[in-house]
Amino acid sequence: MSCETSFSVRCLKKLLTINVCRFCVQAIGGIVVLAAGDGLRTLSAAQPPAKTIHFDRDIRPIFSENCFACHGPDAGKRQADLRLDTSTGATADREGVRAVVAGNPQASELFTRIHSTDDSVVMPPPESNKSLTTAQKKILEQWIAQGAVYEGHWAYETLERPEVPAGAAHPVDCFIAARLAAEGLPAESAADRVTLARRVSIDLTGLPPEPVEIDAFIADSSPDAYERLVDRLLASPHHAERMTVWWLDLVRYGDSVGYHGDQEITMWPYRDWVINAFAANMPFDRFTQEQLAGDLLPNATQDQKIAAAYNRMNQMSAEGGGQDKEYHAKYASDRVRATSGVWLGSTLGCAECHDHKFDPFTARDFYTFAAFFADVAEKGIYNGAGNFDGWGEMMRVPTPEQVVQQAEIKKRVAELKAFGESDPPELIAEREAWIAAESARLALPAVAASPQLPDSVQAALLLAVDSRTDAHKQDLRKHHRTISAVAKAWQAELVKLETALTALTNAQPNMVATVSGAPRVVRVLPRGNWMDDSGEIVTAATPAFLPVVQRVASTEKETAPSGSPPSGQQLSRLDLAAWMTSRENPLVPRVLANRFWALCFGQGLSRRLDDHGAQGESPSHPELLEWLACELRDGDWNMRRLLRTIVTSEAYKRSSNVSALHMERDPENRLFARQSRYRIDAEMVRDAALSTSGLLTRQIGGPSVKPYQPDGYWDYLNFPKRSYQADVGSNLYRRGLYVHWQRQYLHPAMLVFDAPSREECTARRPRSNTPLQALVLLNDPEFVEAARALAEKTLAEGGSDSLARSRFMLRRVLGRVPIDAEVGVLADLAERHLQAFAGDVEAAKKMISVGASPVPQGILPTELAAWISAARTVLNLHETYTRN
Amino acid sequence: MRHAPQQNNLARRAFLSQSAGGLGSVALGSLLGSGLVHPATAATSGVSTGAAEASPAIWPGVIKAYHVPPKAKRVIWLYMAGGMSHLDTFDYKQKLAELNGQPMPESFTRGQQIAQLQGQALKCFAPQHAFNRVGQSGQNISEIFPEIASRIADRIAIVRSMHTEAINHDPAHTFMNTGSMISGRPAAGSWLWYGLGSEAHDLPGFVVMVSTGKFGQSQPIASRQWHSGLLASRFQGVEFRSKGDPVLYVAPPAGTSLGRQRDVVDAVARLDTMRGDVVNDPEIAARLAQYELAFKMQSSVPDLVDLSDESQSTLDLYGTKGGDGSFAANCLLARRLAERGVRFIQLYHRDWDHHGSVKDHIKGTASEVDRGAAALIEDLARRGMLDETLVVFGTEFGRTPMAQGNGRDHHMKAFSIWLAGGGIKGGVTYGATDELGYGVVENPVTVHDLHATLLHLLGIDHTTLTIRAQGRNFRLTDVHGHVITDLLV
Repeated sequence: MSCETSFSVRCLKKLLTINVCRFCVQAIGGIVVLAAGDGLRTLSAAQPPAKTIHFDRDIRPIFSENCFACHGPDAGKRQADLRLDTSTGATADREGVRAVVAGNPQASELFTRIHSTDDSVVMPPPESNKSLTTAQKKILEQWIAQGAVYEGHWAYETLERPEVPAGAAHPVDCFIAARLAAEGLPAESAADRVTLARRVSIDLTGLPPEPVEIDAFIADSSPDAYERLVDRLLASPHHAERMTVWWLDLVRYGDSVGYHGDQEITMWPYRDWVINAFAANMPFDRFTQEQLAGDLLPNATQDQKIAAAYNRMNQMSAEGGGQDKEYHAKYASDRVRATSGVWLGSTLGCAECHDHKFDPFTARDFYTFAAFFADVAEKGIYNGAGNFDGWGEMMRVPTPEQVVQQAEIKKRVAELKAFGESDPPELIAEREAWIAAESARLALPAVAASPQLPDSVQAALLLAVDSRTDAHKQDLRKHHRTISAVAKAWQAELVKLETALTALTNAQPNMVATVSGAPRVVRVLPRGNWMDDSGEIVTAATPAFLPVVQRVASTEKETAPSGSPPSGQQLSRLDLAAWMTSRENPLVPRVLANRFWALCFGQGLSRRLDDHGAQGESPSHPELLEWLACELRDGDWNMRRLLRTIVTSEAYKRSSNVSALHMERDPENRLFARQSRYRIDAEMVRDAALSTSGLLTRQIGGPSVKPYQPDGYWDYLNFPKRSYQADVGSNLYRRGLYVHWQRQYLHPAMLVFDAPSREECTARRPRSNTPLQALVLLNDPEFVEAARALAEKTLAEGGSDSLARSRFMLRRVLGRVPIDAEVGVLADLAERHLQAFAGDVEAAKKMISVGASPVPQGILPTELAAWISAARTVLNLHETYTRN
Repeated sequence: MRHAPQQNNLARRAFLSQSAGGLGSVALGSLLGSGLVHPATAATSGVSTGAAEASPAIWPGVIKAYHVPPKAKRVIWLYMAGGMSHLDTFDYKQKLAELNGQPMPESFTRGQQIAQLQGQALKCFAPQHAFNRVGQSGQNISEIFPEIASRIADRIAIVRSMHTEAINHDPAHTFMNTGSMISGRPAAGSWLWYGLGSEAHDLPGFVVMVSTGKFGQSQPIASRQWHSGLLASRFQGVEFRSKGDPVLYVAPPAGTSLGRQRDVVDAVARLDTMRGDVVNDPEIAARLAQYELAFKMQSSVPDLVDLSDESQSTLDLYGTKGGDGSFAANCLLARRLAERGVRFIQLYHRDWDHHGSVKDHIKGTASEVDRGAAALIEDLARRGMLDETLVVFGTEFGRTPMAQGNGRDHHMKAFSIWLAGGGIKGGVTYGATDELGYGVVENPVTVHDLHATLLHLLGIDHTTLTIRAQGRNFRLTDVHGHVITDLLV
């Protein structure tokens, strides 16, 4: 196979140690234009041209952007039967002409074509709207002259642990320092302790630190003060919450189905499973296995089945007129896009209609990958409209207390039913008494035959005790039962318990569940057309160019007593999970390590967090990424340890201030000579306002919550029509993670801060800056109420004069001690508004009544309103929502 | 520490390309020196020194020079949501009337995708309303649109040969708006805002309004239809509402006068600026610009929806007093938005899903939009704005020539729309369906073609406006689309 030629050429490790960055750049019209090696466009402006050209770093990006669409992996679209993504293809003798003649640019047709001025000859052709820069042409020439050596793509090469260069105490710093030294760029100094405490708290828990925590950190002069802070944060349940936000974007978690009526579903037990998994620092291999195939594990626990709901996270539709077959195809490709995005950092979804244009994924790979999920029982079109429990396979999720309650009820029900069969002493006693009484009564001369008693019973009663046969006794027993107060009490209890049991079950979350059934037939769909049944039938397989999946999971599967795993020799989701985290899988550890780096620096070592393929970006520090990936893979997939490793490096702890030198040499911070600075995510914006004001409810897990939302925001939802009911009480002040995720109409305060709809896998959120964000922070009642709480807290704890109060307020929210000028601005505002509200007490009363929490007594409305203005100011500062 | 302006500029480019996911580098190189300088660029270049370039308050657009001479500055898209029957509006079929009640010939339907009529006997269902030849052009328009027929027939180009790839509302809307059925691609309005920026300085560049009629079953509309998808969320369409705040959170909180709100914004600016002096963060200036814009919106949005400055004759023209959330009121607001330079204005009327009683219901729904649409065209024309405004009157799909009871099912093989205004020929009909109105037989137009034409009229080559994401370049027209030159002046 040509793919083998392409991707097995050389060990990445060797070339990485030789190279320091020397990219060619060209200035056009004052703008520095990237020539090769995406990234350090200005950084290397003053560097000499590259001495050694490397295919993967220098050539592949040029080919991928300009050539592969017609001369790449997609056989269907290949022109002139020429492919440039393999050495064999590029150097093949084509009737005496070779695209590439190694070592001889002038003899290479490629060289001739890219330099041609004839529109009918030049490559890329004018109609492609692509063109090569002079620098790119030069690089291609140099590469051919140097022997036109092909290399494997960095992300697909075997992962091998690199040597850690000398030079620093911390391995991460060794790699960073080596590169900085090579570039001759000095590193920033360490961040001050306040900034550092705030940064690491936000990164690891999503919450700014309390001032007392900062104080404690500043006061702690022990050498391991920072490490202990890190460990404390990592052990906090809020750390698990923070990681969960990140993961839910990837797996596209939502509380509604997404398509058409966007009906609500219960999925939050899965979200809580993720929280619990991070809290327990579940190794990533198990984390992977339980989500992809928890339901197939032997004796799968409830938790494992909940984790497997990952497989039902796709959007679903109950739209009238939709066809099952079409939607089965939609759901299948949804899963391929998501799963390849989450774990492989790959765009396998591009291969639905044709072989991938840039990466060696074939259309067949797309469908064999989809076939792993063919056993997931589901409908195409659901009849869930208006019925929130109608989404195919569902699962009740009792709490541990409910499990106990349920067991107790069931035990008692069994007892009561058993009483029906047996003759317990209390019943015997009652019967004996009844027989005695009735016999005596009937024996009285005045008593005629009793019409309530059957003849046989009367006859038995009239007999002497010793004369009663077993049949007589049986008659008496039977009849007594019909009139027994004891039996009636049992019956009543039984009815009550059965009602209670039903109620208890109905009160339990009924979540969308993954249940394995008979696998659907999966065909390669020509051009992705679900109506075309002409394609080959395929079974589950991993992408052909990657290391082969081993059926390591088969023994477990065959011994599985429950569930119905796919039959025979077919690979299952268990096999897929095992393959993902097998030693041979080159992508998963790289993708994960890169994303962890991004969690700590705001950008990955390769910045394309969603694509590690040819169209992605070569990592800025390839060896560091390899090392981090190996730490994960060879370190029991310990995610928390990797995070700890990254955040304890000097690189992490650096200041994010930008010096003139860094601004000039490395404006995009590709070398990590400094830390990054950026707006925090939507959830954290909410969390910051709620936590610094003291409103935050620190409850972990549970059903999603509904904060205030403008009336009418859901007006265009239908089937059924819905009106939004905000929560009451403490649920109004939960973390952003728990906000109800309506995929079609996500809460507007989340949406404007770039939270994704989660219809698709999101590996990287944009960070935009819009007037709508300002409107939310200024006017959303949630933030106004937070300002009120902050004002109250300030009046209670912040001293008695305006300056002290202003200082308190700024310190609470920003973490640092404010300068006098800042304090002055805030105090001035508060004082001016105190006067203004004194002249407009009604306005003050309105101001202090925004939000559902009770209006505080004992504070003058005018004073509180004035300090709400100050608090609103602080809760609108850039710094409040910036991670420095 | 302080830095020279030159260094800051350099850094801003970097921030631009970072913060918008690589937007900044798009198409710069290829456009330089081509001479087609985009006016928004010219207008803002003089003031775009300073940090505004990091995340400019007024987005100038990535297109620095038009690819082709633009014919229109903006788009108003009147979206008949639910699937407007072409057979009862703009595409009369005599043969269908003749075959009314008879089996639909299988030659049309064999192997074709069908929605709710799956497994049912398919019978022809005549056009439910008479059509008239109207205007000097003799356009053939259903009697259910008396205003459109009598007032603007000669200004519109009817396209009878539209077809789409989705047979149900949700995916069909998504396809019509984003060029893909896969969620997460930018809507056309987001693309235009991203590409050209907006001339509205205190309003969003992409505004959406929704009205709901009384004669259909009010199919849902997802906010996905105006989502910016792969583009940064600043390009998301902003919904203007007829109830509550016209824009979410635009009103200051209770007890806060605009003056006191101003005080807060000023204090924020002073504190942010002080901090900016310490940390040298260009994003601070960008953020302050957004606060200014937000503050302006607190007056500009109420001003926009306040119709007291409209003349009685204008209100009569539209047949609305405003404030009622009607389609006509939204049409008037659309004109006001257009006057203020908003780039893309989209009006949904959510009532065209006529599975039953199509005769009565489509007449009712048509009456809800007829006057407003005609008035909008006339109003734009008399103000000299029609020539620079592209108006689209469209829907997500058509309806079956086959009966569904006394209604019609969804139909993706053919439907009708009309276009008017900047760069569009008036009084013409383009394309044709077969004798039963089932499939397109002449000049087929895809959704991608419509998008390509729309971009073309605004000066953009649809193959060039791209965004790099998920490992490839995305564009509104995917890898398809041809400009329908026959429709152009």
